[in-house]
Amino acid sequence: MSTVPSELAVETEPKGVLPTGSAPTPARRVITTLRKSPAVVVSVCIIVFIVLLAVFAPVLSAITGWGPYDYDPSAIDSDLGGIPIGPLGGISAEHWLGVEPGNGRDILVRVAYGARVSLMIAVSATLITTTFGVIMGMIAGFFGGLADQVISRVMDFLMAFPSLIFMIALLSALPAGNRPALLVLVLSIFGWPYTARVIRGQTMSLRNSEFVEAARASGARPLKIAFREVLPNLRGTIIVLATLAVPSYIGTEAGLSFLGVGVMPPTPSWGQMISTAVGWYAVDPMFFLIPGTFLFLTVFSFTVLGDNLRRVLDAGDAAS
Amino acid sequence: MTLTILRRVLAAVGVLLLISLFTFLIFFWLSPDPAVQICGKTCTPERIDQIRTQLGLNLPFWEQYWQFLSGIFTGRTYGEGAAAIDCAAPCLGFSFQTNESVTDMIVARMPVSVTLAIGAALLWLLAGIGGGLLSAVKQGTGWDRGVMMTALAGISLPNYFVALLLQYLLVVQLRWLPFPQSVTFAEDPLLWFQSYLMPWLVLAFGYAAMYSRIVRTNVIDTLGQNFMRTARAKGLDGPIVLRRHALRPSLTPVVTLFGMDFAGLLGGALITETVFGLNGVGKLTADSIAKNDQPVIMGVTLLAAALVVVANMLVDVAYTYLDPRVRVKSA
Repeated sequence: MSTVPSELAVETEPKGVLPTGSAPTPARRVITTLRKSPAVVVSVCIIVFIVLLAVFAPVLSAITGWGPYDYDPSAIDSDLGGIPIGPLGGISAEHWLGVEPGNGRDILVRVAYGARVSLMIAVSATLITTTFGVIMGMIAGFFGGLADQVISRVMDFLMAFPSLIFMIALLSALPAGNRPALLVLVLSIFGWPYTARVIRGQTMSLRNSEFVEAARASGARPLKIAFREVLPNLRGTIIVLATLAVPSYIGTEAGLSFLGVGVMPPTPSWGQMISTAVGWYAVDPMFFLIPGTFLFLTVFSFTVLGDNLRRVLDAGDAAS
Repeated sequence: MTLTILRRVLAAVGVLLLISLFTFLIFFWLSPDPAVQICGKTCTPERIDQIRTQLGLNLPFWEQYWQFLSGIFTGRTYGEGAAAIDCAAPCLGFSFQTNESVTDMIVARMPVSVTLAIGAALLWLLAGIGGGLLSAVKQGTGWDRGVMMTALAGISLPNYFVALLLQYLLVVQLRWLPFPQSVTFAEDPLLWFQSYLMPWLVLAFGYAAMYSRIVRTNVIDTLGQNFMRTARAKGLDGPIVLRRHALRPSLTPVVTLFGMDFAGLLGGALITETVFGLNGVGKLTADSIAKNDQPVIMGVTLLAAALVVVANMLVDVAYTYLDPRVRVKSA
């Protein structure tokens, strides 16, 4: 299932991304190479657009004159069970992307606020899992021994878990409350091992490289070696892992919200909008098409960017 | 060898116990009191106490957990006397909302989920491995780019969105297929096939996308290795090299993945079943979430976890036969 973070595990096998000992790829070269790929340019544009949409959602709401919770009974036909008036789900000068059937809420404004929720959750979860995953992976890989044993066992256990089902069980049992924060927590609990595993593998191979030997021979303390010698060499891997983690969390959050255990109404979220649209798909297809397209474009763009970053960071290392 | 297998089985049992403990803990600590739920609006404190005693909810955590665990193996009885409810082994709990044992509810829904899983698995293995191979062999050509673009779309499209899109196009607009219905193969083979076709396709698309990406990477990796050069140097031609030497090492990682994915689907394809209204285990889970029927959610979670863990273990054991290198390492 494309919404499970475990997919990440497969995508991010340490294969290839092994900056063994070579100097980190200069950022400028990476950007120059990426700019030559039209797919990357388009993806970055889409990501920037979605981020702007999320950031300026209140501004958009002020311009269009509709809040995310405002009902507009004049935009729907109450005689026909509340389907939007006008073609394409009620797209008009008043409502740029139409309205939700049944209550007439503005889809564009709700999509924008939904982007806020989605990005906020995905980025927070990515920050947490990346930080925690890198720390755990480095401890396990650098110090080995008992620390490695304990961390590896915990990771094995979490990854053997059918995480999606468990997230659903956990979220359905948890009382309502700060739903987005709970989602971040649950995503992070099951997400960090996928980062940590890759980091652990690379740290282990870096630990035995010459420059680390040299630092050790010159009397550097372990912590200094870890931060000054090992961490900079993991930079490329961390960037790639984080870029690919974002779409996987966006997808998982949308899936959970679709199933009714994620972001709760009235807070708008893409998955939840599509879930509501299931009851209307035959009469008002725009209601699922619009949030679905936004969701698809966001996940797609982040994945394209992540894939290409990995390719370029690899090639950069191989070349130098 | 036997030792390796034994160790794997023990590890799996350990993981299962831990999972059951965590699941039980979650529902024990976090969820609202089931007794209050069952009691309804016209509730007296005496009635709540009565229900608590009947369900064993007044017992300490470990005793409740033990009752639950032993219920799976020996069955259990809720309450006493005339009001007693029997739940035969394997008892995964009892739903007081539907007055059925959770095991019976799951067993009744299982055939749909199994049918869904098998059909989709066939499709995605075929498309995923075929696509991945094609892409790897024709690396850098239009074929490669086409397959990889489709795969990228496949992993980025949420399956409920694909499901709605497909249903809207094929059923509402083009009218090529009827609305999916719950019929068995024996009742109406054609309608049965038509009803399962879209769910199969939707499920298979996502997995095939993922598998083709992995197969492509693995095959390209394998093709670059020394033993492949040796095989070619011996004078073997392309297709034979591919079939005899490249396929097996490239596909072993797929076996692991497939075991887990397939087992996961047997525990219910939540989203696909919900969207298409198929009455499988996944729909049961979704409905129970909506009704907050906790014994059912807990039972299904445990079953799904058990299926995945067991599949994982079987795959690991199968590996020792499939891949000689694993045998050497563990010896």
